[in-house]
Amino acid sequence: MLEVKDLHVSYGGIRALRGVNLEVPDGKIVTLIGANGAGKSTMLRTISGLVKAESGSVLYNGKELIGMPINKILEEGIAMVPEGRRVFTNLTVLENLKIGAYLRNDKAGIQKDIEWVYELFPRLQERSWQMAGTLSGGEQQMLAVGRALMSRPKLMMMDEPSLGLAPLVVKGIFDIIREINRQGVTVLLIEQNANMALKTADLAYVLETGEITLQGSGAELLTNEAIKKAYLGE
Amino acid sequence: MKQEYRKKTSWGALLAVLVFLAVVLWLDQIIKPTNKMYMLLTVLQKGSVYALAAVSMNLLNGYTGLFSLGHAGFMLIGAYTYAIFTIPSSARDAVYQYFDAAVRFSFPEALSGVMGPAGTAVGVLIAVILAGLMAAFFAWLIGLPVLRLKSDYLAIATLGFAEIIRAIFQWQKLGPITNGSNLLKNFARTSKFKLELGDTKLVLSTFVPVLIATISIIIIVKLVNSTYGRAFKAIRDDEIAAEAMGINLAKHKMLSFTVSSFFAGVSGAMMAMVLSIAQASNFKSAMTYEILLMVVLGGIGSTSGSVIGSFLFVAASEWWLRGLDSGSFLGISAPGIFRNGFRLVVFSIIIMIVVLFFRKGIMGEREISDVLRSRKKKAGGTAK
Repeated sequence: MLEVKDLHVSYGGIRALRGVNLEVPDGKIVTLIGANGAGKSTMLRTISGLVKAESGSVLYNGKELIGMPINKILEEGIAMVPEGRRVFTNLTVLENLKIGAYLRNDKAGIQKDIEWVYELFPRLQERSWQMAGTLSGGEQQMLAVGRALMSRPKLMMMDEPSLGLAPLVVKGIFDIIREINRQGVTVLLIEQNANMALKTADLAYVLETGEITLQGSGAELLTNEAIKKAYLGE
Repeated sequence: MKQEYRKKTSWGALLAVLVFLAVVLWLDQIIKPTNKMYMLLTVLQKGSVYALAAVSMNLLNGYTGLFSLGHAGFMLIGAYTYAIFTIPSSARDAVYQYFDAAVRFSFPEALSGVMGPAGTAVGVLIAVILAGLMAAFFAWLIGLPVLRLKSDYLAIATLGFAEIIRAIFQWQKLGPITNGSNLLKNFARTSKFKLELGDTKLVLSTFVPVLIATISIIIIVKLVNSTYGRAFKAIRDDEIAAEAMGINLAKHKMLSFTVSSFFAGVSGAMMAMVLSIAQASNFKSAMTYEILLMVVLGGIGSTSGSVIGSFLFVAASEWWLRGLDSGSFLGISAPGIFRNGFRLVVFSIIIMIVVLFFRKGIMGEREISDVLRSRKKKAGGTAK
């Protein structure tokens, strides 16, 4: 279980997170919704070690993650799918997946996981030798997810997987998120597409200007009047 | 099945390399310095020097995406290290005319005293490796502060470093070591490389530099195709994503930088042994640009491209276009005003044409093996 306690993060003088408390129970899909600039991405980047926190703590199964180097955090089983996909455009699909398993040494296990990812995304197998830059946006998102899965994470954090994708493709991505979760991976999902995210999530948090303002089950928040007004456009 | 194919291609590549080396050795015997075709050997010698320099620069600029312009500086360090440690003691005082030589040790000499004739070869080899290590050490030193910089800033810093190194090596106070602004000569050079087996004499003047370059390039190719190489390319494509995958940016950048500089040092040593002299004033930033041009012409991110680019560059500038200077080229006799210097104009125009028609260089990002594979596919018709 991931526990965030009173987390403060500043970015060049701007206080991006002001005392955030959040819990991600094992085996669940948890979503964090909020407008642009609410601090959602900062949150993920802090947990994965890319950004340094000012104060507060991030406990993963009782272990403090703040101050841990990125590779150690990955080895703990936390992987991230970065915003805007960020696949390695001049590497092939297969090479991208292998980079995802960069910290692992078990060749047989890596081979098995490549097959597992190909099973989840048959489209990637067809494109195995293609440069990642030549894939469509949806396929690149699949690759970004597959790449993160290659580190065998117990917790996968995704930053706006629906960004810039067609509605049908977005639906496919969310189906995959559910499938991955069913196979035992905990998911922390950041979304602006609140409707889709709340329908998928077991637990949801609303982040506004660096603070959590609302929390509840996905279904609860879907019917919340304030949420409807602010994020669902009704 | 894929693995099998890989194995087959690597055996094929190894065979091709061995045949190439055998041909070079054979050419070394049959072409005498008086022969008109001797230019071919000169091109092979200089070409292999530049090929290694270009491939090592490509490792850094093409595969890791670190735009560095310090190559001439590292080659200078390599050339001087090699030269200083291979001057025989009998020639030392003649070389250091104005100074009292501080280093009085020569690897080939010392080792030939212990191991006989074979010691000379081992000594040269050790000096070459030491040249690489020295360049790598300086790269590590300069890399600590400089590798934090990005793109253009890194280029400026490394360019500055190369200029500083050149100035320091010409400094009179360092004369006892570097011979100041005077050149170093009389060290072990390729024109003297021979193998005597009983009655038969084997000339190795071209074979040795080609062999050193070949081995070095194979090592670089192995590195590029390893997990390290994949991490380099990931850093080039997207630093933040690479970091998120757990790739240690500082460590990998430093590794790429030092390995690249090691082989730059080796190519500097080769340049010294091919040209028979080492002089700091030759290693100007123009040399770095020449090497960069070879990399770009061949295709950034393609090792075979760098090799092809270097040999074409050297052959064109040293051999094929030489006819222009004497007024007759491809049977056309040019008017006198075009003589002496017009060669460079023609050369520049050719480069511009190549760049216009091959936007990503001759090879793009492909390797020779990729080209052959796609040929085979087309011919065989079976895709997988």
